[in-house]
Amino acid sequence: MIAIVDYGVGNLFSLISSFKRIGADIVVTADPNVIEAADGIILPGVGAFEDAARKLHDTGLDKVVKAEAQKGKKLMGICLGMQMLFEKSFEYGCHEGLGLLKGNIIPMKDTIPNTLKIPHIGWNALHFTRKSDLFKYINQNDCVYFVHSFYATDCDDSVVATAEYGKELTAAVQKGNIMGCQFHPEKSGQVGLNILRAFCEME
Amino acid sequence: MITKRIIPCLDIKNGRVVKGTNFQGLNDVSSPIELARLYSDNLADELVFYDITASFEGRQLFTDILTKVASEIFIPLTVGGGINTVDDFDRVLKCGADKVSVNSGAIKNPSLIKEAAHKYGDQCVVLSVDIKRVDGAFHVFAKGGREDTGIEAINWIKQGVANGAGEIVVNSIDTDGVKQGFDIEMLKLVCDAVNVPVIASGGAGNMQHFVDLFKQIPDIDAGLAASIFHFGEVAIPDLKRELKENNIIVRL
Repeated sequence: MIAIVDYGVGNLFSLISSFKRIGADIVVTADPNVIEAADGIILPGVGAFEDAARKLHDTGLDKVVKAEAQKGKKLMGICLGMQMLFEKSFEYGCHEGLGLLKGNIIPMKDTIPNTLKIPHIGWNALHFTRKSDLFKYINQNDCVYFVHSFYATDCDDSVVATAEYGKELTAAVQKGNIMGCQFHPEKSGQVGLNILRAFCEME
Repeated sequence: MITKRIIPCLDIKNGRVVKGTNFQGLNDVSSPIELARLYSDNLADELVFYDITASFEGRQLFTDILTKVASEIFIPLTVGGGINTVDDFDRVLKCGADKVSVNSGAIKNPSLIKEAAHKYGDQCVVLSVDIKRVDGAFHVFAKGGREDTGIEAINWIKQGVANGAGEIVVNSIDTDGVKQGFDIEMLKLVCDAVNVPVIASGGAGNMQHFVDLFKQIPDIDAGLAASIFHFGEVAIPDLKRELKENNIIVRL
């Protein structure tokens, strides 16, 4: 059973449909007991970092997710959910993340060439920098769908894939059981479904 | 590098996909669910799902069809038609839309874009504009292209972006359905005016028209069409390969 953490941020429709399509056993929940009993955790999220971090904190689920991840349970953050795995975000201020991964979230504005449109929106190719089981079904340069204006930097050795948009932006991270995709696997066609499938198949 | 997007548009009326010439004389083409699945499996980068009569007759989108499409299609889905209030945004987002396109609704209620962008984020709000030349000027048309608002189009688009529209669909009524190519002149003006993604619509008749679009306007993000895809005149995988051969970066 995979628990999709429901903390009142974003629309889970596509994510739920995607897991159903691949035949995964999922539950959408805000119940700490259910999350603790699950085999894996998906931390979704769209919108503003500050708002999402506050909601996760207010529900008390930040501690649950963090504790489970530190115990070794597989965890994948998606989009803003991935950004929340890091230490800090500088999206309109400075906000604390879960601190499960080393690194910070910074704006594209002024850090990529100003001729590029922000947000980075559309299909872009993944450039793998090292092997990850999460991408065992995916090939170098397969395209996935991005929508974001901020990105992870100073990520130490957790980066497994980047996407080129003025510079190589962090696209996916993994450190042991803790994983994250900046892009939306649930909107990335068969490639995205295969990423979710690989996550479900992990021990 | 970000890829150029190819977007089939499904105009929906009474639960079926239709496409007319210059917005009139509609022909029933196919089932939205079957067509959406076909496109998704064949390299479409995104789908636009419009209830083309909604703003005229005040009809609500058939949300059950939308829900079915969204449950089966795992590429971005934009929904438009009859979006007049933030509640309309809420309704279609709950049915699985990723982005919501406003057109006449933004003309009737100028604060709609701002309210929706504030609630759902800029990336969720698409401003769709039907534009036609009137006495040498570009005018915004409302109600599915039936009514001249007299509003100057470039200023309208700039204002929409300032209010939080995260993407612009530019539909040229002059070239729509004529299949003689996209309205390069108009699209260039829009691309020069804003720094958000611009999607070209209206006029695609063959693969070369897409090559011309991306070659002549490097800043354009996507090309949208309906009938040439629905009637099988252009297959999206063939189009993508043709674009790639012309050094245009696409997802294959």
